[in-house]
Amino acid sequence: MHQLWLIPAFPLIGFLINGIAGRRMSKTAVNVAAIGSVLLSFLWVLKVLAGLGSLEDAYIERYFTWIQSGIVDVSFDFAVDRLSAVMLLVVTGIGLLIHIYATGYMSHEGGYYRFFAYMNLFMFFMLTLVLAANFLVLFVGWEGVGLCSYLLIGFYFHKKSAGDAGKKAFVVNRIGDFGFSLAMFLILVTFGSLDFARVFEKVGPMAVEHQAGVITLICLLLLVGATGKSAQLPLYVWLPDAMEGPTPVSALIHAATMVTAGVYMVARSAPLFNHAPIALEVVAIVGLLTAVMAATIGLTQYDIKKVFAYSTVSQLGYMFLGLGVGAYDAGIFHVMTHAFFKALLFLGAGSVIHALAGEQDLRMMGGLRKKIPVTFLTLFCAAIAIAGVPPFSGFMSKDAILLAAHHHHPWMYWVGVVTAGMTAFYVFRAIFMCFFGTYRGTAHPHESPLSMTGPLAVLALLSLGGGYLDVPHYLAPMFGGEHAPHETSLVVISVLAGAAGILLALLFYVIKPGLADALSRLAGKLYTLIYNKYFVDELYDAVIVHPTRDGSRALLWKGFDLGIIDGVVNGAGSLARTIGGGLRHMQSGYIRRYAAWVVVGAIVLLAAAAGMGGAR
Amino acid sequence: MDALLFLTFAGIAVLCAINLVLQTHPISSALSLVGVMGSLAVLYLLLGGAFIAAVQLIVYAGAVMVLFLFVIMLLNAQAERTTSKSAMRAWVSVPLLFTFVILLASLIIQRAPAGAAVKFGEFTGGSVANVGRALFTTYLLPFEVTSILILIAILGAVVLARKEI
Amino acid sequence: MPPELTQLLPASVPLSWYLVLSAILFSLGIAGFLFRRNIITVFMSIELMLNAVNLTFVAFSYHLKQVDGHIFSFFVMVVAAAEAAVGLAIILTVFKNRATLEIDEVSSMKL
Repeated sequence: MHQLWLIPAFPLIGFLINGIAGRRMSKTAVNVAAIGSVLLSFLWVLKVLAGLGSLEDAYIERYFTWIQSGIVDVSFDFAVDRLSAVMLLVVTGIGLLIHIYATGYMSHEGGYYRFFAYMNLFMFFMLTLVLAANFLVLFVGWEGVGLCSYLLIGFYFHKKSAGDAGKKAFVVNRIGDFGFSLAMFLILVTFGSLDFARVFEKVGPMAVEHQAGVITLICLLLLVGATGKSAQLPLYVWLPDAMEGPTPVSALIHAATMVTAGVYMVARSAPLFNHAPIALEVVAIVGLLTAVMAATIGLTQYDIKKVFAYSTVSQLGYMFLGLGVGAYDAGIFHVMTHAFFKALLFLGAGSVIHALAGEQDLRMMGGLRKKIPVTFLTLFCAAIAIAGVPPFSGFMSKDAILLAAHHHHPWMYWVGVVTAGMTAFYVFRAIFMCFFGTYRGTAHPHESPLSMTGPLAVLALLSLGGGYLDVPHYLAPMFGGEHAPHETSLVVISVLAGAAGILLALLFYVIKPGLADALSRLAGKLYTLIYNKYFVDELYDAVIVHPTRDGSRALLWKGFDLGIIDGVVNGAGSLARTIGGGLRHMQSGYIRRYAAWVVVGAIVLLAAAAGMGGAR
Repeated sequence: MDALLFLTFAGIAVLCAINLVLQTHPISSALSLVGVMGSLAVLYLLLGGAFIAAVQLIVYAGAVMVLFLFVIMLLNAQAERTTSKSAMRAWVSVPLLFTFVILLASLIIQRAPAGAAVKFGEFTGGSVANVGRALFTTYLLPFEVTSILILIAILGAVVLARKEI
Repeated sequence: MPPELTQLLPASVPLSWYLVLSAILFSLGIAGFLFRRNIITVFMSIELMLNAVNLTFVAFSYHLKQVDGHIFSFFVMVVAAAEAAVGLAIILTVFKNRATLEIDEVSSMKL
């Protein structure tokens, strides 16, 4: 036994300590509980993985039978294989760094202990999700991280926009969860089990569904769940709003870990998806569309966190593209490298915001290169990583995906390359607007403390060198399948696209700063459309939210709620009162009358027993 | 012989019980109850319960009934006066009770183990030795808990019987 | 005893006779509870019901040839003794406070 349960148990203990006693503890004690628990968890992951060696087969620990009822037989099991090993390291490692960073970032905020309690709870659920050995335990983690996401987005609950953003995230995620639940029911009915090992064993000999069938339906429903959690079209709308939360939360939950849960889940269900090529195609197209759309929106945003949020949506689209074209290993590789550089981007953005006392608008920044050099250097590392500059981590993973896409359908490659160019442009646009030119703000910038710059430096190293961790090679035995041949010309084209994006940003925002505004005026309506995020929120509002709300008001509230529900409730009340009024006369206070009623009851029981006597 | 003994003492028990219900003065009722208990003790003997028969006589017919008699005399209880309600109550209660007895008896006859008969001397497991062994092995914990129950009862009686309440 | 009478009666008694006797005694206990208004008599009726139950315990103990039924009735007696002590103390208190033994005058248990 390697005691896998200890991995999520440590953060849970941290959550309990901070959640119960945190209010009365000093900040140092809260820090020790929060960081210590995540550190222990990280070390335990290392120990377990060292003990398990090469992990050619999944290592499963069975704990107890959870639900047993009819065909439903679910036990509480944890498992580790190479896929979850990668995720475990990413979650605990990045989580640890972000916890350390948060001690600096949150030091002036109220509700300090509450923040860390939620963060630890999030770690607990995320690790449960990753370690799960069946769909239901995974779902527990899935819902749990959703809850923590809601709690942390709405951390500044006195701000209405934060509360609204939390609710939006929760409601949109619920649509996805509904799909996931349906998928689980269908899996249970089809395969008679929710256990990963048993489901995949049973799906193995089944025929690949070239026509849509039950497996395709399961996979599409799983995809609905994944689009909710991983912010894909059409359910991506909650993620940009989620930036209302504190920046470490954006980095940990809405960039590095939770939003990749959908990718992880699809990769975990790879044996199912391999039997449903139609569903895989849908995954690829959803991913590609999301990548393009979010990247174009990212081009026009001025809030530094919004830029990175759309970038996250776009990069998640890349991951789905990787999954959809069958390159699961490349998709997970991108999950890892993206966790490095996107966490760094957010933490760096947080450091900028911290330095400017809460300013998030890029137009109010500029020239910060000299004032906060460490933040600048680390953010620059992240930018070249995400822009796909060889030989850094983003280049490695993005290229793996693009090559696989070309092998699948060349047009997907070309769309991906254009998106890569846009990615490079908007990231460097943010960097240039923030750090070059002249300072346009009013606050007095100051460099962040070591607790913040330290994690930034570690993440910068990982962003630059993380590509040399050969994750695809490590994961390949799990997923099998053919591998796209290495084509140098394709690699060169994508690198050139990235370079073009960087140069264009340089031209627009450093050499000729007026050019961007002129161009946006030239584009006119198109620019307005993109700047307003294609009016998707407004569209959803008009098409879904308003009719639902009006319909609910007219039918559910006035008709159903007032008419039927209230009628039933009030009716039940008056019925009880009438009966009680009658029965009250039985309560005479005379003991012997009570005894007589007891005798009557006994007679009724005896009569019933005598009546059933024949059945004996 | 068994049947004769049973019928005799069952008859005494039922007659005494009827007398208990019909007598208006509590002293008469108490004495009838002693009669019921005595005849029940004989029936216990017939069923092979030597120990339980002795305890029935000593504890029930002896100690508990004496306690009742003491209280009756202490309170100088008088015979009940008949009231107008009594007759009406009888009209309701008597049919109720008859239904109850008939239902219960029919159920017993319907469900009692067929052919089971009681013959004196066939079972002697109720001797003092056997009961004692069971009490101090299998039922040791309930037996000890009983002592606490009795202690509480004593305390309760003392508190309740004090002057102030 | 004349021999013809011995032959008339069965040599052994059916178990159900004991049980029916117990049922009759129990019902008489209820009757006492319902008819009598003196608290002490009512209390004695309860004792009668307990005795009736004891009889079934002992009868079944015979039928199953196990001593456990005797133990149960022994415990019933213990509880009955404790109950008698407390119950009679309550009756004493009621009498002291209300100067009556009429059960219908003690009816403040209603709304």
